[in-house]
Amino acid sequence: MFLQQFFNALTLGSLYGLIAIGYTMVYGILRLINFAHGDMLMLGAYFLFFGTVAFHLPWGVAVVVAIVAVSMFGIFVDWVAYRPLRKAPRISALISAIAVSFFIESLAVVLFSGLPRPVYQPDWLITPFTVGSSRLIPMTLVVPVVALVLVGILLWVVYRTKPGLAMRGISHDIETTRLLGVRVDRIIAMTFGIGTALAAASGIMWALRYPSIQPYMGVFPGMKAFIAAVFGGIGSIPGAMIGGLCLGFIEIMAVYFLPTLSGYRDAFAFVLLVAVLLFKPTGLFGQRLEEKI
Amino acid sequence: MKARFLCAMALVLACFTVSAADPIKIGVYLPLTGDNAFGGQLELEGIQLAYKQYPEIIGRPVELVVVDNKSDKIEAANAVTRLVERDQVMGIIGTYGSSLAMAGGEVAERAGVPVIGTSCTNPLVTQGKKYYFRACFIDPYQGAGAATFAIKNRGYKKAALLIDVSNDYAVGLANFFRRSFQRLGGEIVTTMNYQSRDQDFTAQLTEIISKDPDVVFMPAYFAQGSIIMKQARELGGTFVLMGGDAMDNPDTVKIAGKAAEGFLQTTFPYSINMPNMSPEAAAFTEAWRETYPEKDPNVNAALGFNCYLMFKDAIERAGVAESEPVTTALASIKDLKTPLGVLNLNETHDAEMPVGITEIRDGQQVYLGEVVPE
Amino acid sequence: MTTKTRNLVLTLAAVGVAYVVIFIIDNHLDAYKIRILNLIAINAILAVSLNFIYGFGGMFSLGHSGFMAIGAYTSALLILSPAQKEMMWMLQDVAWPFSVLQTPFWFSLIAGGFVAAAFSLVIALPVLRLGGDYLGIATLGFAEIIRVLIVNWASITNGSLGIKGIPPHATLYVNYTCLFVTLYCIVRLLHSNFGNVIKAIRDDEIAAKVMGINTFRYRVLAFCVGAFFAGIGGALQGNLITTIDPNMFTFLLTYNVLMIVVAGGLGSITGSIIGSIIITVMLEWLRIADSAFSIGGLTIPGVPGMRMVIFAVALLAIILYRREGIMGMHEFSWNWLFGRGRGNK
Repeated sequence: MFLQQFFNALTLGSLYGLIAIGYTMVYGILRLINFAHGDMLMLGAYFLFFGTVAFHLPWGVAVVVAIVAVSMFGIFVDWVAYRPLRKAPRISALISAIAVSFFIESLAVVLFSGLPRPVYQPDWLITPFTVGSSRLIPMTLVVPVVALVLVGILLWVVYRTKPGLAMRGISHDIETTRLLGVRVDRIIAMTFGIGTALAAASGIMWALRYPSIQPYMGVFPGMKAFIAAVFGGIGSIPGAMIGGLCLGFIEIMAVYFLPTLSGYRDAFAFVLLVAVLLFKPTGLFGQRLEEKI
Repeated sequence: MKARFLCAMALVLACFTVSAADPIKIGVYLPLTGDNAFGGQLELEGIQLAYKQYPEIIGRPVELVVVDNKSDKIEAANAVTRLVERDQVMGIIGTYGSSLAMAGGEVAERAGVPVIGTSCTNPLVTQGKKYYFRACFIDPYQGAGAATFAIKNRGYKKAALLIDVSNDYAVGLANFFRRSFQRLGGEIVTTMNYQSRDQDFTAQLTEIISKDPDVVFMPAYFAQGSIIMKQARELGGTFVLMGGDAMDNPDTVKIAGKAAEGFLQTTFPYSINMPNMSPEAAAFTEAWRETYPEKDPNVNAALGFNCYLMFKDAIERAGVAESEPVTTALASIKDLKTPLGVLNLNETHDAEMPVGITEIRDGQQVYLGEVVPE
Repeated sequence: MTTKTRNLVLTLAAVGVAYVVIFIIDNHLDAYKIRILNLIAINAILAVSLNFIYGFGGMFSLGHSGFMAIGAYTSALLILSPAQKEMMWMLQDVAWPFSVLQTPFWFSLIAGGFVAAAFSLVIALPVLRLGGDYLGIATLGFAEIIRVLIVNWASITNGSLGIKGIPPHATLYVNYTCLFVTLYCIVRLLHSNFGNVIKAIRDDEIAAKVMGINTFRYRVLAFCVGAFFAGIGGALQGNLITTIDPNMFTFLLTYNVLMIVVAGGLGSITGSIIGSIIITVMLEWLRIADSAFSIGGLTIPGVPGMRMVIFAVALLAIILYRREGIMGMHEFSWNWLFGRGRGNK
């Protein structure tokens, strides 16, 4: 039974990690808590749903289309709601993000209705098989692998490419980077594009694991991922992944070791988060960052 | 051709009566957005279907004033205040969700406007209230019904509970299931909790599987319930899953797929697949199919429909469309024929009806019959 | 007459006028408008208290919903009669002190504030060492922990079934009196030495430390004061809608208050009040959008949810076009009013 819970935790944790990477990416570069991240996740799932059901796209094509479309939308949101606020106090951008989040959710209710929708799961992803006494579905292994691959790609982009260098520059000092001739707004738009693409990808993974989607589905995973990102040290990409895994393990193992307290499952994550912050005020892998207020 | 002519006549007549009489204003407050939107929308469509069939009561046209309560208590209280004060409605229908009904009920009670609840099943909703009625039965009754069926008809001995601990409906229903199940000689092997927004139940389900129950009672809302079914089967659980009326939704099977097979459910006595449908239920089903061809009706739709019928009946017997006499007439509703069977209201203002039991077989909801809770 | 006495007289006169207006409103307006006015007062209390913590104290706190929950629950538990509680607690029996206790409304209200402040002290001691966004997430976490505790601790809180039948004590007089008292306390605090110190800490903590100020102590104190008024606001809200349950107090509630504060102007008490008027009224007024397409007798709800879409766009517009909020960091004051009057001459 421990092994079973281990795999349960691995799947959940990798999903949290996957969402957290996108969160941390945008935060690391802009110091903006993008509250709309969870809603981008929701949009990814809905686009997949409509791609397969309304437009009868093949499943694989629908996945790609959904990711690209949401990514475009992310760039658009940045252009409309965040870009004008680059020089405003940080809290304005934060409230702007909350407003965007409200906007996307409400619009989704109007356009897609509040009814939960079923998502098609390809059979090869969910046919169970047994390992010892545990039962697994291929999803359990696919999610961590996808997450690891994406972390690898991201690290490569941020540390080995020219736009990545610019991103890191922006995260340190936006004005100096601009003076050095970097087209800052374009780089930031690109960051948002990648960040939301990650949100969409994780939304699709989420929908495949939990195949009922509704307009508010992104709110809580988004918040959990935010915690995971802080846990791992917000701004650090491997930290986000590890933070997500930790969160998954805490939630599952809390139920495993203390079954009578299963109702407190969500609280455990927060208690541990606060505990970690007390000892490492910038999370597990966070660097000390100057306040940018 | 004839039908069309009649319709045209009816329209002309309707136009005349509009100018002839003031409309009877009936307010509707439902969660059309927010977490409970899926229930509110179906109920609203049920109400509108009834309105379409009976646009006039005692010779006066009816006006429905629909207000969204956003699945939020503060909004629910505001919505009812608005209906009472601004729109001056005679009576109110709503709402899905007991906590919302409790917030709205206080306002209506003070204003003296009768309310008929669609599917607010918590006993507290009408407790001590003169003006709150409901078209549904209550949680203790349904929980007992589920336990009775599990033990008497199926012979299950060991049950586990999987409860959304932040949902009043789930907590209430599970609690009453537990009491009845134990009283009837069954054993509750474990109780697992989760919270409303959770989507991952693997930890709790793994724990439940290790206790090897015959049946797991999980009074969830259908979106979560379907995912619970899926995860339970993925993890290799072989127990029977059982839920309450909030699982009654055409999409349950669509989301859960094969995992829904054998799912038992207590609900209000209506199902599109029920054998020997009463003429009222058959008429309701047919009218629904005509108006909303793209989806099947469910119990929420029927409950919304019923609320309107109850107002119609009460207003007709009262003879006037005013809050006080209608309230008195509502309290004495007797043998009203509705899609959910013959409806009587008891002294705590709950609709009395048997508990229906359905099972999912081959992706279809099969109506097994009715139980009288012990 | 010195400026000071003039201002005092004017303020007292304004409060007097306010009460006359409230008296007239209470007797002549319908309950719907009165409800909105009540909500404005409560939102203003909440916004001012959050503004005190964040706008003046510089502490990014997202724990408001937790303090409100504590205030609301404390007040409700104290105000209800033991018999009512016994009837309502369907899952477990009422735990001891509350199973016999019943207090008057005013006591319960103030107790709500104090219990919230006490909890905030427990929270503040560890987390106020954190800065910026980390403080935000930690306080958000505490608010969620409080909610989970309320959900699970059924013998005290009745769990998710919530509490109903709270007597509707939160009338216009009560709410506005509370608002005036809150404003008086906060404004006095801000004009005192204490206020100068916390503003100094907000602007430059290191400089304040160099001056020999125990910054941590001041921050904790400011945090507790804010939490106290948040608890009062929560208690009033419970008394206004007469029923509470844990799901009311999610982090979305905090966002709402934060929205009011920022839209009004971070660091402006006047802004918080204006913000709560605008946002509360706008949310209600926008209901039109939900049923826009009603024709004659046939009312089809236009597009349910359209209201929130428009609301979000309006909020976005406020933030984009007035980055510092409606008032920025400016305050209304008599001097400002008269100063401008002279300028015009």
